[in-house]
Parts: sequence; structure tokens; C-alpha cells
Amino acid sequence: MHIMEGFLPVEHAVAWSLVSAPFVVAGARRLKRQLTDNPQARLTLGAVGAFAFVLSALKLPSVAGSSSHPTGVGLGAMAFGPQAMTVIGTIVLVFQALLLAHGGITTLGANVFSMAIVGPWLAWGTFMLGRRLGLGLAPAVFAGAFAANMGTYLVTSAQLALAFPEAEGGVTAAFAKFAGIFAVTQVPLAVAEALLTVVVIGALAARGLLNFRVEAKA
Amino acid sequence: MSTRMNIILLLAAALIVAAPLLLSLPGDYEGADDMAQAAIEETGYEPWFEPLWSPPSDEVESMFFALQAAGGAGLLGFVLGRVTARRGRKPDER
Repeated sequence: MHIMEGFLPVEHAVAWSLVSAPFVVAGARRLKRQLTDNPQARLTLGAVGAFAFVLSALKLPSVAGSSSHPTGVGLGAMAFGPQAMTVIGTIVLVFQALLLAHGGITTLGANVFSMAIVGPWLAWGTFMLGRRLGLGLAPAVFAGAFAANMGTYLVTSAQLALAFPEAEGGVTAAFAKFAGIFAVTQVPLAVAEALLTVVVIGALAARGLLNFRVEAKA
Repeated sequence: MSTRMNIILLLAAALIVAAPLLLSLPGDYEGADDMAQAAIEETGYEPWFEPLWSPPSDEVESMFFALQAAGGAGLLGFVLGRVTARRGRKPDER
């Protein structure tokens, strides 16, 4: 999902930065409040932030014959809240842009939008919807993590399609092209990330590290 | 969640990732990010900004990726272990 440095036209790079900036600021404020109100939350935040660092560093082979990496933001969005994960995801992306030349500063806004905003909110929304519909904890977590992973890559595909429409078929054809690269690779990896997320949520729940009461609805 | 269920889920996740290698599926396993970059370059687009700094070699780049993963894994293990230890010492708190 990393759009490489300089690989978005200037107007697109600026526009995505403007879209993402308020989410990052709001996320940082909310995170600060969460940590002040509940110092215990620091442990949970450390755990879910660490998980995102590990997963987004792992480039995994896919049955599609290509490789890609999970994002790891779904876990934190469900265990801690989507806004905090905007901050964590942004930190990961800055680290990778500056030290790994993976992603970029000019494309940071676009990458934050896909991985650190849409991903976490999709995870949280899917998870909450699943729980409301009566899904058990594990299936709801699985669905949330899967949705975050796939959603992130579909957003990247859409961002690239908007910036680089095909001469024939325009944005729609370009979306099909980029989604063909990303989404196909991503499906098995999203399943693997979702399974791992279910296990880690269980480990956090067993230690009282979730910010919602599992017993209440499980 | 029972330990047995956890092991099954972790094995399933590992199998999904290992499957393409175990089955020697065709493909050059290029990164999807790089493939997208190549697809953009095919349209004749020229990037207008270069990374401020790039790792001088693949080895150095992989070091940073490994550092990122190791740091994360270390912190995750630290938190889980710390909470477990605290609960273990004061079981009455549960």
C-alpha cells in the first residue's frame, strides 16, 4: 500500500495531505486524553502499537506469486480505538519513509489515509457491526482485521487510479489494474493477519488489556 | 480461547503464508508496492521528488526492516509478560 516517494502528482499529494492532517491531529489529541484518563491504557497501547510495527515490517509471499505486507492496524483499532491507530500508523509510515525509502514524505498523506485512517475505522466499524449482529468475539475480530487489511489496499488502488487514469476506460479501468496488483496478492495475507489478530486479541483479553468488556457480550 | 484453538489458528496462518513456498507456485514474488510503481512508470510518469535518504544497499534496508520487527516483537512480549507476571504474583486481584 506504500505509494513511493514522488509517485503522486503534486496536486494529489497536497490534497491527500490536507485530507489526512485533521485526522492525525484529532487522533493525537484523543490519544493524549485516553492516556491521561487511564494510565493503564499505556500497556495496551504499547502492545497494539508494537503489533503494528511487527506486521507492517513483514513482507510475506502470497499464493498469487507476489509479495506484500499486512498493516497490523486492525488489532489496535478494535482493542484501543481507531483514532489512536491513526497516530501509530503515521509513526510507522514516517519511520519507513525516512529510514527505508519505503513510501515517502510527499505521499505520506495518501498513505496515512489508506493505512492509518480507512484501515482502523473499517476494522472498528466492521467489528462493532459484527458484534451488534450477534457475532462472537473471534468472528467479529476476524472480520474487522480482514476488512482493515483489504480496505487499505483498495483505497491505495483507488488513489492511484484517480492519479493515473487509463487512456481508455479512465479511472475505472485504472482501478481494475491497480486492484489487480494489490488486492489479489492481499487476500491470503489478509486472512493470515486476521487469524493472528484473533489470537492476539484473545491474549490481550485474558490479561484485561482490552478497553471494552468482552464478558458483557461474548 | 483455548490454547488448542490458538495453536490451530496460528498454524493456519503460518500455512497460508508458507503455502506458496511449499507448493513452489509460479511467480517471482516481487513486492506489490514495486509492481504498482512499475505500472505507474509504464504510463510515462516521472516522479518529481526523490527520497531524502535511501539505504545504501539491500542489506542495510533489511536491517531496518528487521529492527522494526524486532523492536515491535520485543515490546509486545514485554507488555504481555509484564502483565502476566503481575497477575501471577497477586492472583487475588483477578
